[in-house]
Order: sequence, then structure tokens, then C-alpha cells
Amino acid sequence: MAIHSELLPASPEHLGDSRPPGRGVDRAFRLLAFAGGILVLVILALIAYSTISKAWPAFRDEGIDYFTSDVWDPAHAAFGTLAFSFGTLVISVIALVISVPVSIGIALFITEVSPRWLRRPVVTLIDLLAAVPSVVYGLWGLLVLVPALPGFYQDWHDLFADVPVLGSVFDGNPIAGKAFMTAGLILAVMITPIITAVTRETFATVPQAQKDAALAMGATRWEMIRAAVFPHSRSGMTAAILIGLGRAMGETIAVALVIGSSPQITEKLFSSGDALPSVIVNQFGESTGTYQAALIGMGVVLFFLTLMIGVIARTVLARSERKLGAA
Amino acid sequence: MDEIDVTPANVAPVIEGVDEQPETAREVVFEIRDGAVRYGSNLAVADVNFDVGAREITAIIGPSGCGKSTFLRCLNRMNDFIPGAKVEGRITYHGENLYDPKVDAAEVRRRVGMVFQKPNPFPKSIFDNVAYGPRINRFKGDLHDLVEQALTRAALWDEVKDKLKKSAYALSGGQQQRLCIARTLAVQPDVVLMDEPCSALDPIATSRIEDLMVELKRDFTIVIVTHNMQQAARVSDMTAFFTTDVGEDASRVGRLVEFDRTHTIFTSPSDQRTEGYITGRFG
Ligand SMILES: Nc1ncnc2c1ncn2[C@@H]1O[C@H](COP(=O)(O)OP(=O)(O)O)[C@@H](O)[C@H]1O
Ligand SMILES: [Mg+2]
Repeated sequence: MAIHSELLPASPEHLGDSRPPGRGVDRAFRLLAFAGGILVLVILALIAYSTISKAWPAFRDEGIDYFTSDVWDPAHAAFGTLAFSFGTLVISVIALVISVPVSIGIALFITEVSPRWLRRPVVTLIDLLAAVPSVVYGLWGLLVLVPALPGFYQDWHDLFADVPVLGSVFDGNPIAGKAFMTAGLILAVMITPIITAVTRETFATVPQAQKDAALAMGATRWEMIRAAVFPHSRSGMTAAILIGLGRAMGETIAVALVIGSSPQITEKLFSSGDALPSVIVNQFGESTGTYQAALIGMGVVLFFLTLMIGVIARTVLARSERKLGAA
Repeated sequence: MDEIDVTPANVAPVIEGVDEQPETAREVVFEIRDGAVRYGSNLAVADVNFDVGAREITAIIGPSGCGKSTFLRCLNRMNDFIPGAKVEGRITYHGENLYDPKVDAAEVRRRVGMVFQKPNPFPKSIFDNVAYGPRINRFKGDLHDLVEQALTRAALWDEVKDKLKKSAYALSGGQQQRLCIARTLAVQPDVVLMDEPCSALDPIATSRIEDLMVELKRDFTIVIVTHNMQQAARVSDMTAFFTTDVGEDASRVGRLVEFDRTHTIFTSPSDQRTEGYITGRFG
């Protein structure tokens, strides 16, 4: 576009007939891209509109309580969703806390440490794992991980029993190993491959010149990573984490199977809870009227929660990048 | 591989053919004997023999692909990071074998800094770029002072003193390259290696960097790779001319053809190939 407007005044009559043939294609492409962008927004708006209108009865009846109350009692027409939002956030945070460092570690290993011959097979493997539907990991977690957890939780609890805050965080009575922590762990397993894959892709684009600059000043490998790899990969890593977070927050079946389906707001991570998507999937079939509207409303809550986190993350990132002013 | 003849650093041999002025014992920083580098089984450079004198500018010239960069990276062990690269022969730094297993390569790189072909500042502020080296080396003194000193030495301070917190990317190419020089100087090295430091810069920025090199020569030993022979002629004291030997099996190996005072190389080279290269380019 810039080239256009710079060229026009310089030789206006020249441009009239002797256009390079690429121009038309260029314009068509721009239109297409623009239309695509608009279409995405329109579809998003339509989805938001139709869900909100379906959920409207619940919002209207409950008012702000719909979002801020933790009393969910369909039999008495009490539809407060806070405990579910809480559950969704807690398990997503657990998943990220575990998965992000692991993913970054694997990605760094692949790009910076591993010998060449190992690189390609590992990359291929991770990319394949990232493409496996997450429910497969969920099933693995359910069949292998969950049975082993109760004993593990007990040991863990005993270990931290006397530590102030951690003593009560690592506490609770999981029903047959079903708990916030269990859901968080399974989510961590599910999202690690995709976060690793995207992060590795980002790390691989760090210019060698930047790495050389650090190394040539006597930096160790880790110092080089901090100076060259991380600063260069901020937006890519943010994207990777957001993709992982999106998957974690939206994961339905696996979470429904292991979270325990007893909504509560508690700091005890080893206790059962519930999350937005799993409530929807567990209760939708038996619901009608306002009850159903309340369940659909949770979709809206999830939608805006995800959107909000995405926007916040991008804003924080943009601010920190602007400070560096990649001009 | 190792040569027994290890001349003590302080009685360095007088270079042959140097007789224009009586030379006091030349302090030698690097002594390269039968230097060679392989990439895997490919011999890239071989037969490199010369000494780098302290507080001199040594220029390395030669056609593209003759192994100038490869050789330069031997001097601060940057080749360690290239998988398959292997350095042969004997290279000493102040009399110490640079490739002795006991040598700490990171420490070598602190003392032998490097400036690259394309300016490569970190995506950080100007200040943080210069402070990076001192910080990772746990510099204890006044960091601000050190940064100012380094920037002043790199002839950049006046241009950036009011925007130290700004991104390094806001600077022009020439300024970025001087920032990279400042960043290297902030580690307080002994030697600065430069690999075609001006090839991405315009003539004005280039001449500023050349002035700067001459200025820096008072305190630092400089080895510069350049494809610009006028530049070598203008700034350097000694010149090493490399060329590519093409073998019968089409193997290409870079070799040192001639090493001498820059003046001698450019006025009366003793090797035909040097003369051909120099006149070819100048003519
Ligand atoms: N990382 C590398 N791996 C393998 N071969 C390399 C590598 N870097 C350079 N070479 C080869 O070594 C030779 C010398 O390259 P280089 O040192 O870059 O030359 P110059 O700097 O003189 O242009 C070339 O043939 C080049 O292909
Ligand atoms: Mg080169």
C-alpha cells in the first residue's frame, strides 16, 4: 500500500496502462485476506450473539449472581457458576505451571543442547504428539495416572503438612483420586506436546547472530539463552502458552472424568471440584428451560474468560515489546 | 601436530622482510603455527603461520570463501560451537596453548572479543546491551560508569547518552555496529576480532568505524577480516593474505599466501598471487 501511494504522484500517467501484471493479483489477494479477516470476526460475533441469546433467560433471572454466586442448585433454581469458573481457572493454572517449564525445557534441549542426529527424530515425535487429539492423553491419564494418585497425594500431603501455606494447598480428600490436581495433571500432559512444538518452532527462529553475540562475550549456554533466545521468543512463547491454555480451559471429557464433579471453592488442590466444560457435558442432557440456559451461559463465560486472558496476555506482551521498541 | 619450537612470547621473532625501521621486540599476542580447520572431513583452511602483535591492527584479506572467518573464529574459540569443526595445529595466546583442555573457552572469549559482520545488538535497551557482558561476568564496580566509558570509547556516547533506555534497534546500522563494539569493549577484552565489520554499512559509517579502530589500537589488539582492500591498507599495520587452493580433486582449501607489513603487501608483495589479487581489485 505504501509503495502505491509513493509511486502514484511521481508518475501518474505512466501507471495507467502499463501496470505490471502482478498488481491485479496483489489486489485480489489483499481483498481476499481482508474478507477472510472480516468473516472471522462476523462468525465470532454471530456465535457470541446466538449463545448469549440462548443463555439470556439465565442471565436475566440470576442477574450478577449468575457470575458471582457459587450456589449451583438446579432443583431450587439457583444458578451460580463461580465455583465452575474457579475450577476451570485452577486446573488450567495447575496445568500451565507444570507444563510450561517442562515444554520450554524440552524445546531448549532440542534447539540448543541435543546432538544433531537426535534433533530430527525428537522434533518429529513432538510434532506428532502435538497432533494427537488430547482425549487420547486424557484416557491414558484416567487409566494409568489416576489409580496411582491417591497414595501419591497422601505422601505429598505428609511431606508438606507442616509448611504454612503449602500444607493446606496440598490437602483435601480426593474421591478415588479425582481432584483439581488430577485434572490439572492430566491437562498438563495433554498440552505439553503442543506448547513444546510451538515453543521449539519459535526458538528455532532465533538468529544465530544473536546467539553468537552472547557467546562471543563469554556467556555460558544458559546466559546466552537468557540474552538471545528468550527475548527474541516472547511473542512466540506467549502464543504457545495461550494455545495450551485454550486447550486446557476448553477440555471437556478428560476433565469431566477426573475432576470429581463436586463444585466447591477451596484452596485444597487435592479435593474434588468441577469445571465449566465438564458441568455442561455432564448436565446438558437432563436440562430444560432456565436450567439449560444457565448451562449455555457457561459457554459464554468460558468464551469471554478465554478471550479476556488472551487479550490481557497480548497487551502485557505488547507493552513490554513497546518498551524495547522494535522499531 | 604440536611444534616443539615454542618461542617465548616476549622475544618474538622479527618478521622477515621487516627492515624499514628498527623494531624493538614485538609483543606477540597470538602465535599461529600450522593452523588448520576442518569441517567434518573437509579441510577448510590450512598452513596458517603468523604472529599477531600486541596493539597492532592485523588485517586478513582474501577472496570470499578462502576461510577468513573460519580462521578468525579460531582465535576466540567460536568454532567450538560449530558441530564438526576441528582446529588443528598450534595456536597460542600470550604463550599459552589456546586449545589446551584446561583452558576455559568462555574466559578466552571474555578476553578476545568479537564484532560480527552484521550488527547484532540484543533486543534490549542500549544500556542493557552494553551492560550485558559486565553483568554476566559479575562486574562489581559502577556499571553506569563502565557503560559510559565503553560507549565513549566506541565514539557513540554523545549520540546516545540521552536515550540509553531506548531500544538498540532504534539506532542506525552504523550506530548499532558501534554499539556492538562498545558492548565488546565493556567486557574489557585484550583483543578485538572483527569480521567484516563494515560490510553492511554506508561509506560514512564505515569511515567512522575505521577511525575508531585506529583509536582503539592504543589499548587493544585488533584482528580484522575485510574484503575491502582500501580499508586494510588504510587501517592495518600487518596484513595476511589468504587464497583458495583448488586441488586436482576439486577440493578447495584456504591457505595463507603471505603475511607482512601492510605497506609491503600493498607496494611490493613477494608472491605473485598477492600481487594479482591486489592489482586486480585496485585496477
Ligand atoms: N559452519 C560451516 N560448516 C561447514 N563448512 C563451512 C562452515 N562455515 C564455513 N564453511 C566452509 O569453509 C570455507 C571457508 O568459509 P569462510 O570461513 O566463511 O570464508 P570467508 O570468511 O573467507 O568468506 C567455505 O568453503 C565454507 O563453505
Ligand atoms: Mg566471512
